[in-house]
Amino acid sequence: MSRSRRFKLRIFRVVVLLLMGAFFLMPVGAMLEFSTRGNEVTSPRTLDAWLRIAQTPGLVKGIVTSLQLAVITSLGMLALLLPTMVWVRLRLPRISRIVEFICLLPLTVPAIALVVGLKPLYVWVNINVTPSVLALAFAYLILVLPYSYRSLDAGLAAIDLKTLSEAARSLGAGWGTVMLRIVIPNMPSAILNASLLSVALVLGEYTVANLLNFQNLQVEVAYVGLTDANTSTAVAVGALLLAFILLMVLTLVGGRLQQQHYIPGQRA
Amino acid sequence: MSAAGNPAVTTAARPDSGGRQRSLSWLGAMPFFVYVGIFLLLPTAIVAIGSFTASGGGVTLSNFAGIDKPFMVKAFTNSLVVSSISAAAGAILGAVLAYAVVTGNPNGLLRRIIMSASGVLAQFGGVALAFAFIATIGSVGFVYVFLKDHGLDIYANSVWFYEPPGITLIYLYFQIPLMVLVFLPALDGIRPQWREATESLGGSTWHYWRYVAGPLLAPAFLGCTLLLFANAFSAYATLSALLTNGGSYVPLQIQALLTGETEQSQPGLAQALALAMVFIVVVVMSLYALLQRRTSRWLH
Repeated sequence: MSRSRRFKLRIFRVVVLLLMGAFFLMPVGAMLEFSTRGNEVTSPRTLDAWLRIAQTPGLVKGIVTSLQLAVITSLGMLALLLPTMVWVRLRLPRISRIVEFICLLPLTVPAIALVVGLKPLYVWVNINVTPSVLALAFAYLILVLPYSYRSLDAGLAAIDLKTLSEAARSLGAGWGTVMLRIVIPNMPSAILNASLLSVALVLGEYTVANLLNFQNLQVEVAYVGLTDANTSTAVAVGALLLAFILLMVLTLVGGRLQQQHYIPGQRA
Repeated sequence: MSAAGNPAVTTAARPDSGGRQRSLSWLGAMPFFVYVGIFLLLPTAIVAIGSFTASGGGVTLSNFAGIDKPFMVKAFTNSLVVSSISAAAGAILGAVLAYAVVTGNPNGLLRRIIMSASGVLAQFGGVALAFAFIATIGSVGFVYVFLKDHGLDIYANSVWFYEPPGITLIYLYFQIPLMVLVFLPALDGIRPQWREATESLGGSTWHYWRYVAGPLLAPAFLGCTLLLFANAFSAYATLSALLTNGGSYVPLQIQALLTGETEQSQPGLAQALALAMVFIVVVVMSLYALLQRRTSRWLH
C-alpha cells in the first residue's frame, strides 16, 4: 500500500470513528445528564431519580417480573429446543430444514402482527391455564427461537454429536444421560450465548406485554415515564450500561470457554 | 405435551422393526411441533384466516377495504417512508463504519469494542430508545438546549422530532449497528490480493471499487439493506413510547384497533393490517435470502 493511500485511509478511519462515536455516545451522555437533573434549572446535580427507582413499586415489580420471565423463558427454550435439535440431528435429519424454517419464522412475522393472533389465544390461556403475567413466557419462547436456534445450531455443529452419543449409548447411557452429561457439557458457550440472548430479549420486550395488557419492566418504564421521565430515563440508561457490561463479560468468558473445549492447545 | 414424548423416548431404545422405529422417531420431535403449532402457527393462522372472515362469518375481502381509508394510507406511507429512508441511510453509514473497522487490526481492542457495542445497540430498539432521544433532542434535551443557547434552533421551522424525519433519525441508532453486524462478514471476505491484482493490471482505486469490490459486495449490501428495512418496518415499541397519543404508523394503528375501549373495535381490520405487514416482511426477507445465497458464492 502506498504511503499517501495509507495516510488517506487513516484520516478516513479517524473521521468516521469520531463522528459515529459522537452520534452513539451523545444519547447515552444525555440520558445520564437528564437522569441527574434537579427540579429547577439552577438546582445542583442529584441522584434523586436513581434513588426513586427503588421507591417506585411498579418499577420494582416490573423488574422482578421481567427477571422471572427471563429465567423461565431461557430454561423453557433449552428444555424444548435442545433435545429436539439433538434428536433431529441423530434420528430425523430429513426434517432438519423444516425445524430450521420454523425456528426462523418469527423473524418474518413481526411481533406486532403475531400479537394480533395471540390475543384470542391468551384470552383462553388466562381463563384455563393461568391468569399470571408469567404466562407471557409462552409467547416469549417463540420470540427467542431464531436467536437461540442459530446459537445452538452453531454449538452442535462444532461437536461430533453422532460419535459422542453412540459411544455413550453403547456404554448403556439413556437419552437423559446423553443430554445432561454429554451434550450440555460439550457446548457451554453456545448454551450460555443462547440463554443470554433470550434474557436480553425478554428484559427488553414491550410489544407483546403491552398489547396483551401485562405489566412487565418495559411497560412499567413507559408508564412511569408519563409522569416521571427522569426516573424512566435512569432505568433506561442503567439497563443499557448493564447490557454493555454483560456483553463484554460474555465476549471474554465465551472466548475462553470456546478455547478450552474446541481448540485446546492452539495458543501454545 | 412432554407426556406425548416420553413413551417414544423409552420405547425407541428397544430393538424393533425399521418401520416402527421410524414412526417412533417422529414422536421425539412432537413436543416441539405441538408447541410451535399452538403458539406460532395457530396465531399466524388466526391472523390469516381472520382477515378474510366477515364479522358475522363467511369469506370476505371487506376487511382489506378498511385499508383504503385516507388515514390508513397515510399510516402505510409513513411506515414505508421511515423504514426505507432509515434502511438506506443506515446501510450506507453502517457500511462506512464497517469498512473503517475492517481496515483496522482484526484482533484489536477497537474492533472488539465496536462489535460488542453494535450487538447491544442493534437490540436497543425499545422503550429506552425513545427516552434516550427525548433526553438528547427533546424539547428540554441536552443537545437541543445546548444548540439553542448557542444560536442554533433545530426546531425553528417546525418541531420535526415527533414527525417522520425525527423517527428516521431515532431508528438510525439501531439500524447502523445492525448493518455493521450483518455487513462486516462480507467485507471480511474481500481479499487484499484482489486489490493487488487490480493494481498489477494497471487499475486505479476507482477501477477496483467499480469493477471488483463493488460488484462483489453489491448483493450483500442490497440484502442487508432489505434486512434493515424489515427491521424498521416491524418496530413498534419506540413509536408507542414516543407517540403516546397515537400516530399515523401501521403498528400504532394495530395498537389502536387492539386496545380500543369503544365497542367499535374491529378485530377483522387489525388482522388484515397484521397480514399486510407479514406479507411485506415475507417478500422483503425472501429477497434478502436470495441475495445472501448469491453473496456466499464469492464471499464468506
